[in-house]
Amino acid sequence: MKLIDPRLSVIEKRLENVKRIIPVASGKGGVGKSIISALLALLLKEKNYKIGLLDLDLYGPSLHILLNNQHSFPKEEYGLKPVNINNIDFMSIIYFTQNKPLIMRGKELTDTLIELFTITRWNSLDFLIIDMPPGMGEILLDLIRLINRLEFLIVTNSTKIAMETVEKLIIFLKDQNIPIIGLIENMKIGDQDFVKEKCNSLGINYLGKISFYHKLEDYYGDNKEIINSPISEEISQIVNFFV
Amino acid sequence: MHEWALAEGVVNTALEIAQNKNLREVKTLLLKVGEIQQIDLEIFDFALKELSKDTILENAEIKYENFTAYLLCNFCGHKWAFYESFNQLNEEEKEAIHFVPETIHVYIKCPKCGSPDFEITEGRGVFIEDVL
Repeated sequence: MKLIDPRLSVIEKRLENVKRIIPVASGKGGVGKSIISALLALLLKEKNYKIGLLDLDLYGPSLHILLNNQHSFPKEEYGLKPVNINNIDFMSIIYFTQNKPLIMRGKELTDTLIELFTITRWNSLDFLIIDMPPGMGEILLDLIRLINRLEFLIVTNSTKIAMETVEKLIIFLKDQNIPIIGLIENMKIGDQDFVKEKCNSLGINYLGKISFYHKLEDYYGDNKEIINSPISEEISQIVNFFV
Repeated sequence: MHEWALAEGVVNTALEIAQNKNLREVKTLLLKVGEIQQIDLEIFDFALKELSKDTILENAEIKYENFTAYLLCNFCGHKWAFYESFNQLNEEEKEAIHFVPETIHVYIKCPKCGSPDFEITEGRGVFIEDVL
């Protein structure tokens, strides 16, 4: 008999008390997936939903910066319980890497993802928001392979260069019949409508725009300040689309 | 207590295999346990037995085969055993590798060329070899 990996059998079970699983993806890097993931989590929590947040950007995790939490460690309890940050259940590879570079190739990305889902015991959640890495490689493909009830939230910025890649992700997801909630146009500058038009031609919902904020960095790590910032107000309107 | 999470996977998967083989009772469960994950076999065995209660796995003999872990440098081609690098790790680093073995790339480098770009060729984690 071929050696069998026993971890695969528990992944769905680990998520059985999670009502909705929302990967925030783009295909392109630098469009604001992490800030949008963090803000969605904070805003949904403000609406009294139970929220989990998972950073799957294994090469470049950053949500811990936005949430201002680097020095905790998940509690051991028949696996690991996510770190509770202001009532958001949070898990990240950062807790195992001491913020040092994690260099690895394809198969090991897959193994890391499987391990994280195997050992993490999520509490009962209304939403698990997953901050996805850029690219359309192992993490995206394994997530789709292992979890069958994903609802993707796509993020782009206002540039044709970003949309060129984002479009490919949308085409792939649609081709695989994977649900897409819609697209958020982030860091909007100018008043061009090509992203909205592209959404129409691709047959997905344009959820709205978020303006470019020069002072956004000032809010990082201060969850109370960021929730009252203008960017939160714009995302709040978008949240209403899928809650 | 990470062992419990893995034990749960083993029991679920072994029961699926037993069902597919139409076994009424499992007599032997063969497991391969790689070095890198540093499984505490006493806890793991206890967890497996607890989770197997009231199933067709309950009376199975669980046989463990520990397998040595080897690492192969992608940069210079050097191959070495995990235990050669193990003693240089502190407790926190060992624990991180216990939970997520791929974090080995954070804490260990090729002893010959110093690259963290190596692959785990054998001995990563727990596998089911057979259910009889």
